[in-house]
Amino acid sequence: MKTLRKLLPALSGVGLLLPELARAQSIDSGDTAWIMTSTALVLFMTLPGLALFYGGLVRSKNVLSVLMQCFAVCCVVSIVWFVVGYSMAFSGTALNGLVGGFSKAFLSGIGLDSGDGIPETVFVMFQLTFAIITPALIVGGFAERMRFPAMLLFTILWVIVVYFPVTHWVWASDGWLNARGFRDFAGGAVVHVNAGVAALVAAVVLRNRKGFPDEPMPPHNLTMTVAGASMLWVGWFGFNGGSALAAGGAAGMAILVTHISAAAGSLAWMGMEWVRFGKPSVLGIVTGMVAGLGTITPASGFVGPAGALVIGFVAGVVCFLATQFLKRKLRIDDSLDVFPVHGVGGFIGLLMTAPFSVYLGGVSPLADGQTVGGQLLVQLTGAVATVAWCGIATFVLLKLIGIVSPLRASEDDERQGLDLTQHEERGYIL
Amino acid sequence: MKLITAVIKPFRLDDVRNALAEVGVQGMTVTEVKGFGRQRGHTELYRGAEYVVDFLPKVKIEVAVTDELADRVVETLIEAAKTGKVGDGKIFVTNLEQVHRIRTGETGDQAI
Repeated sequence: MKTLRKLLPALSGVGLLLPELARAQSIDSGDTAWIMTSTALVLFMTLPGLALFYGGLVRSKNVLSVLMQCFAVCCVVSIVWFVVGYSMAFSGTALNGLVGGFSKAFLSGIGLDSGDGIPETVFVMFQLTFAIITPALIVGGFAERMRFPAMLLFTILWVIVVYFPVTHWVWASDGWLNARGFRDFAGGAVVHVNAGVAALVAAVVLRNRKGFPDEPMPPHNLTMTVAGASMLWVGWFGFNGGSALAAGGAAGMAILVTHISAAAGSLAWMGMEWVRFGKPSVLGIVTGMVAGLGTITPASGFVGPAGALVIGFVAGVVCFLATQFLKRKLRIDDSLDVFPVHGVGGFIGLLMTAPFSVYLGGVSPLADGQTVGGQLLVQLTGAVATVAWCGIATFVLLKLIGIVSPLRASEDDERQGLDLTQHEERGYIL
Repeated sequence: MKLITAVIKPFRLDDVRNALAEVGVQGMTVTEVKGFGRQRGHTELYRGAEYVVDFLPKVKIEVAVTDELADRVVETLIEAAKTGKVGDGKIFVTNLEQVHRIRTGETGDQAI
C-alpha cells in the first residue's frame, strides 16, 4: 500500500503534466516483471477460470451463454477502459475525489517512458484485468435468463457509472475514501462488494428463473467448476500479490495470507455442510475457497498469517450461512450465489481488515493517531458507501436499459436455453 | 418363444452377460434406462438447494429365447443380478409371436 501511494501521484495527472520528470524516475525491472506476471494471472482468472467455474454451474442448455458473457465482458470492458475507463478511474479529478476526469481518455500521454517503479502501460493493463473480472462476476447473478444485447449494454454502462468511480474513490491518490485512510488492498469494495451487490440487484430486477426454487437446476458439470475454481485460486496470487505493485515483502506476505485464507475458507464451508447436511460436498469446498479468497482480498496487504486464518474461517462460515439465508429464506434467485459469497465476503473482509492490521501479527500499523475502532468506522463507511452507490446505480441502470432493450429472455427462449436462442449454438453435440 | 426383459443394476451387467452366455443365450439387446421402484430416488444438494432425483440409472436387457430355455434364463438372471439390496430390479416374461432373422429370412426358433 505504501508503494501504491507512492506510485499513484505519479500516475494521476501530476505525472502527466511533467513527462520529463516521469522519465527521470527509475523503472524497477523486478517490480515490472512481477506486475506483468500478475496481469496475466488476473486475466487468467476470468478467462478461462471464472468462465469455467460459472459454466459448470449452469444447466447444459446455458453453458455457452455464460462462457460467452464472460468472454464478451472481457472484450467490451477492455475497449471502454481504453476510451474513458482508465482516465475516469485514475486521472486527476474535478469532482472532490468522486471520479477522475478525461485527461487520459484514449490513454493519451501514456508512452514507453511514463510511470514510476513500474511502467504506466503495465499499471494500465494490470488494473484493466480487475475492471474485467468485476462485471464478469456479476454474470452469476442473472445467469440463465438475461438477453445478450441487454447484458452488453449493462456491462458498458455499469463500469462507467459504478466501477470506474468506485475505483477512483478507493485507489486514486485523491479518491475521497483513499484520503480518509480506507484500507482496501486488492478490491474488497472495488471488486467484490461491487460485484456482489450488483448481482443481487440484477437478480431481484430480472426476477427468479422460471421454476426457481421448486424445479431442479443442478450444475451440469462440476468437474468444469472445480477446474475453474482451482484456476481462480492460482490467479488470486496475482490479484492480491500484484496489488502490492512491487515485487517484495509486501507481495510475498499478500500471497501467503491469501493462500491460508483460501484453505481455511474451504475447510470451514466444507465443515458447515458436513455438520448441517451430513456430507462434505465438492461444490461446497470450492465455494468456501472463493469465499476465503474474496474475503482476504481487502485485507491481504495488511494482515499476517494468523489473521488470515481467522478471516478465512469466518468467511467460510458466514458466507455459507448467507447463501442459505438468501436461497432458502428470502428465495432470491442470485443464480450462482454472487452476493452471499462475494458481496458478503468482501464486506466482512473490509471490516476485519481494521483489527487484523494490528492484532494477530498484522503487518501494517494504522496511521498515527488512528485507533482500531476509528479504522473500523472508516472501513464501514467505505463498504456502506459502495453498497449504496452500487445498489442504487445498478437498479436505475437496469430499469433504463429495460426501456430500450428487454432484459429478460422470453419464457420459451428461457425454457429452450440461451445457447440456442441467443447464440444459435449448442455446447455439447455428443 | 419368450421375450425376457430384465431391468438390473448397471454394475451387474458383465456378470449377467457371462452367465447367460454359459446357459446358451446367443444374443441380447442392452439399453441404458432410468426409472424408479421400491428403491426410490435420492436427494442431491448444491449449496443448500435440495433436489430429489426420482429416476435412477438402470440397465435394461432384452433376450429372446425358446420356450425350453426360458426358465433357465430367468433363474440365471436372478442369480447373476442379485445383490440382495433394494433396487436389484425386475424381470418381465412375455410371449413372443414371431422372430425373423433379417439376413437369411429364417423364422421362429431358427431365428433366435
